[in-house]
Amino acid sequence: MLMDWSMLDTWIVITAALAAMGCALPGTFLLLRRQSLMGDALSHSVLPGIVLAYLAVDQLQHAGWWSTSTALAWRHPMLFVGAAATAILSGALSELLARAGRLDANAALGVVYTAMFAAGLLLIRLAADAAHIDPGCVLYGNLETIVTDTVGQTQIPRAVIVNGVILLLNSGALLLSYKELQLCTFDPALATALGIPARLVQQLLLAATGATVVAAFESVGSILVIAMLVVPPACGVLLSDRLSGVLGFSLLIASLSAVFGHVGALVMPDVVRWTLAWPELGDISTAGMMSVAGGAAFLGCWLLAPRHGLVRQWRDHQRLQRRILSEDILGALYRIEELVPNAAGELRAKADLAAALSVSPGRLEVCLQRLKQRGELEISGATARLTPTGRQAAQNLVRSHRLWESYLAHHFHLELPRLHASAEQVEHFLDPQLREELAEELQQPGRDPHGSSIPPSGST
Amino acid sequence: MPDPLRALLLQDYNTRVVLLGTVLLGICSGIVGTLMLMRKRALVGDVASHAALPGVGLAFLFLERWQPGGGRWFPGLLCGAACTAALGLVCAQGMRRIRRIHEDAALAITLSLFFGAGVVLFTMIQGLPTGQSAGLSEFVFGKAAALVARDVWLIAGASMCVLLVCLALRKEFTLLCFDSEFAAASGWPVGWLDLLLTGLVICVTVLGMQSVGLLLVVALLVLPAASAQFWTHRLEPMQLVAAGFGGASAGLGVLLSAAVPKLAAGAVIVLMAALGFGLSLLWGRRRGLVWQWLEAAKLRRRIGLDDLLRACFELLEPKLSSAATVESLSDMPLSHADLTQARTWSAARLTSLLHQALRGAYLRYDADGCYRLTGAGRREAIRAVRRHRLWELYLIHHAHAAPATVDQSADAVEHLLQPDDMEQLETLWQQTHPQLPVPVSPHVAAPN
Repeated sequence: MLMDWSMLDTWIVITAALAAMGCALPGTFLLLRRQSLMGDALSHSVLPGIVLAYLAVDQLQHAGWWSTSTALAWRHPMLFVGAAATAILSGALSELLARAGRLDANAALGVVYTAMFAAGLLLIRLAADAAHIDPGCVLYGNLETIVTDTVGQTQIPRAVIVNGVILLLNSGALLLSYKELQLCTFDPALATALGIPARLVQQLLLAATGATVVAAFESVGSILVIAMLVVPPACGVLLSDRLSGVLGFSLLIASLSAVFGHVGALVMPDVVRWTLAWPELGDISTAGMMSVAGGAAFLGCWLLAPRHGLVRQWRDHQRLQRRILSEDILGALYRIEELVPNAAGELRAKADLAAALSVSPGRLEVCLQRLKQRGELEISGATARLTPTGRQAAQNLVRSHRLWESYLAHHFHLELPRLHASAEQVEHFLDPQLREELAEELQQPGRDPHGSSIPPSGST
Repeated sequence: MPDPLRALLLQDYNTRVVLLGTVLLGICSGIVGTLMLMRKRALVGDVASHAALPGVGLAFLFLERWQPGGGRWFPGLLCGAACTAALGLVCAQGMRRIRRIHEDAALAITLSLFFGAGVVLFTMIQGLPTGQSAGLSEFVFGKAAALVARDVWLIAGASMCVLLVCLALRKEFTLLCFDSEFAAASGWPVGWLDLLLTGLVICVTVLGMQSVGLLLVVALLVLPAASAQFWTHRLEPMQLVAAGFGGASAGLGVLLSAAVPKLAAGAVIVLMAALGFGLSLLWGRRRGLVWQWLEAAKLRRRIGLDDLLRACFELLEPKLSSAATVESLSDMPLSHADLTQARTWSAARLTSLLHQALRGAYLRYDADGCYRLTGAGRREAIRAVRRHRLWELYLIHHAHAAPATVDQSADAVEHLLQPDDMEQLETLWQQTHPQLPVPVSPHVAAPN
């Protein structure tokens, strides 16, 4: 529980946050280049490299070439090299397959990483007697035990140093080549034309991703790695429209997921046990919970993002619909007035309006009230009529409608029955200037193709 | 009888049953995988399998709650897996509606999040007294031997259903894979067909989880299908080949792992499929790399020979007085040094080409240390020069190319001219020019 938060928990959060932020940086560029699945593939395909390196160290030690201390010191660099080599190999192989074998890029990726992962699993099984590698450990990581492996005499876990260094390297590379990366990501053709080696940049990006994945792998496991390569950047692109903003937000989300993931891993088991009254349930994997926290963050961004969020989009849509309906009401009232001479200013039944516009009475009522507030309608009881302001707005709308019909008939030679539908949509989006340009173009027509008179522009 | 042999000879009932179920599954996955590959959604299976993990966990917890100790009820776990797999794919589909998130990102997000949730559930299950022995990690890494007869009948039955659906909707799926827009325009319910295809993928993934492991089950969908692409370009034969690869690799994998206890079936099945892919990549009849390479080598040889003979002719051309017949070409000597100067080629390349020409009896090597064209060589040389010069003339007359620039272009194109192209060029030439054995070079010959 949170009461007994200890130094261990702090180190876990710091390690995970560093690893997550390290992944989020290259992940952003992968996402923007539409190569997000690369992260998943890379994290699977490094397995044989890790196993081989592990076995090699073991063999060297058994053969007596390396003392125990040398083996201990060299194990991690060896693992790193083995994994990085397989990462690069798998990247190159899948590109080769896609080109020489003319395979779909995703399929080539699938071919390479499944084969390599299977080879890794088999190696583990075969070498199970010689070495103690748990495939589960590669998947789930061992965040919970990182404090047992510290650097020298200090209390700092080695994983913190490794992930910190990777994060620093990644940010350093990013700052040094920010402009080039940006250009290569958004317009590789322009970048090449300007003399930036776009292909090389792409390969370097993959290499950086591979190194990051490998470094983060051992401490946080592949689940967290594949989640953090794509989820924080995805939140970033929802929250911001600028590359710097995307990067900033994805770093923020990455570190928040680490913190809240660990808190969740501490709190959730007890909550679940208590809710289900099932005391035997086990603890929760921290890495798993961190990716779930990332998922919650993504869900939040998806719903609430200021410009691209679902809520915002839904609200914009509702607003537009209300505006269109309000304008249609005004237009309908105007047309009724037109049909009956000397009827200007007469009250009209709301029910007639609802039938004419085929909307539910509820939605109609909302719009009527809004129009009344804006002073464009007078409402008394079950009837409504246009005020002078309302009549001007309605006149402009009908003018737009009929001008557009004339324009279509004149320039596109559409048959009469097909004019109305288009004009019904376009009338809401013509601004005064465009309307007058249309009138100018058609030499101020007095009547539309159906024979109805086009009202003059209502002065505002 | 020793154990490995017993296994290979299918003496055990259990091995036979597991073999049957896995092979059927392999066949199914080959057929469905080909459709997905053609639809360019090869990795959807990967997302489905990762998204199935929380389903297994949830179903286990639910069953365990309902009846302690009964959590490992296979059909129940499969249902749970299929439910979350479907949910995951629906999520991925929904995410594609966000303008900012592209398909690959949507797949990657779904995959990682569902997998994370699955791991969370699995770690909770580990704490249960029955959780340790439940063997749920077999679903992650695969263990075919853990299948019992009843599970296998379920897998076999479901595989048969998948096969029947594929067979029944053969035409519709073909249309969907090759031209979905045309299918939609002709009134086929493309959305529903896609949904059904996704359902089949989920079926295969979920059924394969136990034997291959959910991390690798996508391999069964991708590898046989990708291998089949190298053998044929027609969809139905491709599906058959993929089914063969899938079935064979599944069968071999199960047999090998039954014979050698240390080999995990899942990994071996995938490696067998990868082996099949490697073989197809190299030897596949349609696009195999070996055939491609052989074709290229053959073409290179032919081009080299043409170049050599043309060089011979062009060296001798100045000596060919108008009175002499082309037959006299065979009497004129060609020294090695002259040939080296004739084109920009390395000595080694020239030597190998000369060897080739001697072997093909286009040239003969005489006692005076010079080469001479044989009758066949003369004919070939004239043909090569005709091709070169006719193309040059064509460029000059019809494309209005400057005479100085046509040599290089003709060098590249002459080898690709087909007989009927040549005929057209000949006709063109004969209409405008008197009959000559070879058109005269339109530019300064032999640029030194």
